Amino acid sequence: MYRIRFHGRGGQGIKTASRILGTALFLAGFEVQDAPRYGAERRGAPIFAYVRADRRPINERGVITRPDLVAVADESLVSLPMAGVRQGLDHHAILLLHSATPPDTWQQRLNLAGPVITLALPAGDPGRPSHTPAARLVGAAARLLGSIDRQALEEAVMRELAALDQDDLAANLAATLAAYDETAAHHGAVREGAPISALDYRPPAWLVLPFEEARRAAPAIHAAATSVAVNTGLWRTARPVIDLHHCHRCWWLCSTFCPESAIAVGDDRSPAIDYDHCKGCMVCVAQCPAHAIHVRPETAADQGERS
Amino acid sequence: MTRTLLTGNGAAAWGARLARIDYVPAFPITPQTEIIETLAGWIDTGAMTGRLVTMDSEHSMVTAAGAAATTGVRVFSATSSQGLLYGMEMLYAIAGWRAPLVLINVSRGLASPITLEPDHNDVLAARDCGFLQIHCATCQEVLDSVLIAYRLAEDRRVRLPVLVNLDGFYLSFTREPVVVPDQEAVDRFLPPHDPENIAFRAETPMSQGVAVLGGSAYSYFRYQMHLAAAKALTVYDEIAHEFADRFGRCHEAVECHHADDAEYLLVMMGSFATKAKEAVDRLRDQGLAIGLVRPRLIRPFPADHLREALAGKKGVAVIDQNLSPGQGGILHTELAAALSQGRPRPMPVLASFIGGLGGRNIGAEEFYEMARVIVEAAATGRPPAPRLLFSDEELREVRKLQAVARAAGRTGEERP
Repeated sequence: MYRIRFHGRGGQGIKTASRILGTALFLAGFEVQDAPRYGAERRGAPIFAYVRADRRPINERGVITRPDLVAVADESLVSLPMAGVRQGLDHHAILLLHSATPPDTWQQRLNLAGPVITLALPAGDPGRPSHTPAARLVGAAARLLGSIDRQALEEAVMRELAALDQDDLAANLAATLAAYDETAAHHGAVREGAPISALDYRPPAWLVLPFEEARRAAPAIHAAATSVAVNTGLWRTARPVIDLHHCHRCWWLCSTFCPESAIAVGDDRSPAIDYDHCKGCMVCVAQCPAHAIHVRPETAADQGERS
Repeated sequence: MTRTLLTGNGAAAWGARLARIDYVPAFPITPQTEIIETLAGWIDTGAMTGRLVTMDSEHSMVTAAGAAATTGVRVFSATSSQGLLYGMEMLYAIAGWRAPLVLINVSRGLASPITLEPDHNDVLAARDCGFLQIHCATCQEVLDSVLIAYRLAEDRRVRLPVLVNLDGFYLSFTREPVVVPDQEAVDRFLPPHDPENIAFRAETPMSQGVAVLGGSAYSYFRYQMHLAAAKALTVYDEIAHEFADRFGRCHEAVECHHADDAEYLLVMMGSFATKAKEAVDRLRDQGLAIGLVRPRLIRPFPADHLREALAGKKGVAVIDQNLSPGQGGILHTELAAALSQGRPRPMPVLASFIGGLGGRNIGAEEFYEMARVIVEAAATGRPPAPRLLFSDEELREVRKLQAVARAAGRTGEERP
C-alpha cells in the first residue's frame, strides 16, 4: 500500500492536492482513500491531507503515522511541531518539499535517515501566484509514485478543478504537469511500506488512568490570557508591514480595526505589529487611509522582521 | 452503475437522491453540512426534484420532518452531535407518530469539552427514542444503508423512523470508491412509498400523538413500538438479502469477518471496525484464530445473531467508542445482557475496552495488544478490568495543557 501525507496551510490547496492524487491513482486502477484533516478552519493554519492506494480494498483508516511520502507545500511548517510534518519520517520515507535549500542541508538539519527531494519554488511574483502552491507539489508527488501516467494526472486535475474558470484551471494544470516533468529523475522513487507486523510490534504504553478530583480534572482554564501562549502568527502566509515614513500617526485606525488586537500604538503615536499573533488577515491594510501598510509574502520577509 | 470516489457525506446525499426523496428539512452542523449542501445544489440545478427547506434549529427540523412524514411523502434529513441532542425531544415524539422517514447522523463527540471528531455517544443518546439505528463502516455502506433504511422504515410491519449513522471525518470527509447504482435498479428495489393510512391533509384534519392518561393506553402504544422494532429484525434480514440479490453487496445485521473458525473475537461498531478487520488479517498471518464481529443494527439489537456469533468462543474483546459514565461501554453492557439470555454455555471471557473517544486513533499495535489481553484472559478464565485506551505519553500531553490552564491538584502544587 502507498501511504502519502500532504502538509500545507489553509488556502494552499492541500485538500485538493490529495483529491487530485487520489483520483489519478483511482484512474490508474488503484483502490483509494483520501481525506483532509482540519483543525482551525482558517487560511494559513497548518492542515494536512492523506492518500492511501492499494491493489486490494483498504481497511486502514485515519491519520497516516508511517508514510512512504510526505509532501510539504510550505517549508516553514517543517520546524513547527504542531504541524506534525516529521511524524513517521524514517529511513524509507521520502520528504518532498518546496524549497530553495538543497536536500542535503535539510537532511542534516532534520537529522533524517531517509531521502529528501526539493522542488524549486515557482517563478514569478510570490504575492500574486498564478496557481496554488499545491499544484506543483501534486505533480511531483505523482511522478515520485511512478504508477501514474501523465494522461491520468491531467484527467484527474481536470476533474477535481472542474469548478474553476478556464484560466485558473489552465494555470494550475500547467504547473502540475511542469512539476511532473521536472521530477522525471525521481520517477518511481517511492517504495510501498509494509503493514505493521503483528509479530514484533512495539506494544502501546497504556496506563491505568488515575482518579483525580474535579479541581484538576474539569476541562476549565483558570488562567487569564492563555491565548497569548498560542503563536497564531505562524498561520500567516503573508504579513502587513507598516511604512512609518508614510504613516500619518492617526493613532487609532489600524489598531482599532485589528481583530486580533495585534497592533499597539506607542507614546509617539507610532503603530507596531505583534507578529507573534498577527494572523495576516490584512484588515489593517484595507483600513489605512494613508496606504502606509503593505503586504509582504512570508517567504520574502527579512530575517530581521521574522517573529 | 458507476464506481467513483465519494465521501461518506457524498454517499449519504446520493442515497437520498436515488431514493427520490420529496422533502428535506435542513439545518447545518459540522461534520454533516456537506450532505445538505450537496442536496441543495442538485435541487437547484434540477438534477433531482424535491423541496429543501432551511429551518431555524434541529428541534424544528425534526418536527418538520415528522410532520411531513405524516402526509405520506418521503422525508430525509441529516444532523450530528449537539444538533441531534437539540432535536431529542422531537425524536421521541415523532417516533411515536409511527410515520416513516430516514435521518442521517454524522457522529461527533458531545460537549463538554467540545470537539469536532467522532465517537458514538451522540447517536447512542438516541438509542431509546424509537428510531431504528443502522451503523455504517464504509462510504459504500452509507449509500446502500439509506436505500435499505427507507425499505425498512416504510415496511407496514415496521413503520418506524430509521437513523443511519456514519462517523465524522473517518467517513464524512473521507473519499473511497463507491458504486452508485442505476436509478432504474434502485426504483425496482425501492418503489414509491405506499403510506397506507398515513394521509394528513389540511382539508381532512386528524390528531397526531394524542393525550392518553391513566397509563394503560400509553403502555399499549409504547409497547407496540417495541414489538414493531423487534419485528424489524426479521424484516431487515429479508430486505438485506433482497439487496444482496439485486446489487451483489451483502449488509447483514451483524457483519462477521473470519468469525466462524475463530477462538477469539473483536466486537465493535462503526468505521473503526475496518481498522479492527485489518488487524484481524495481520493476526491471522501470525496464526492466531481471531475474527471480527460488527453489529450494523443497534436498534433493534440483534441479540440472537450475536449470541450465535459468539457461541463457543474462548475470549471476546468489546471495543466501545462511547462511554456511559458510571457504567462503562454501552455495547459491552448490551452484549453481556444478550449473552446472559440463553446460549452459549460456557460464556466466553468478555473484556471491555473504551477507545476512540473524540476521534482518538486506535493504532494497529493496540488491536494486537487487545488480542494478546483476551488470549491471556481466556487462559486464566478471568475477565480483565475494563480499560481506556490511553498512553502515558497522552497523559503527559494533558499535563502540559493543565499547566497552561492552571488546573490545580489536591495540594495545589500546580499553581505557580
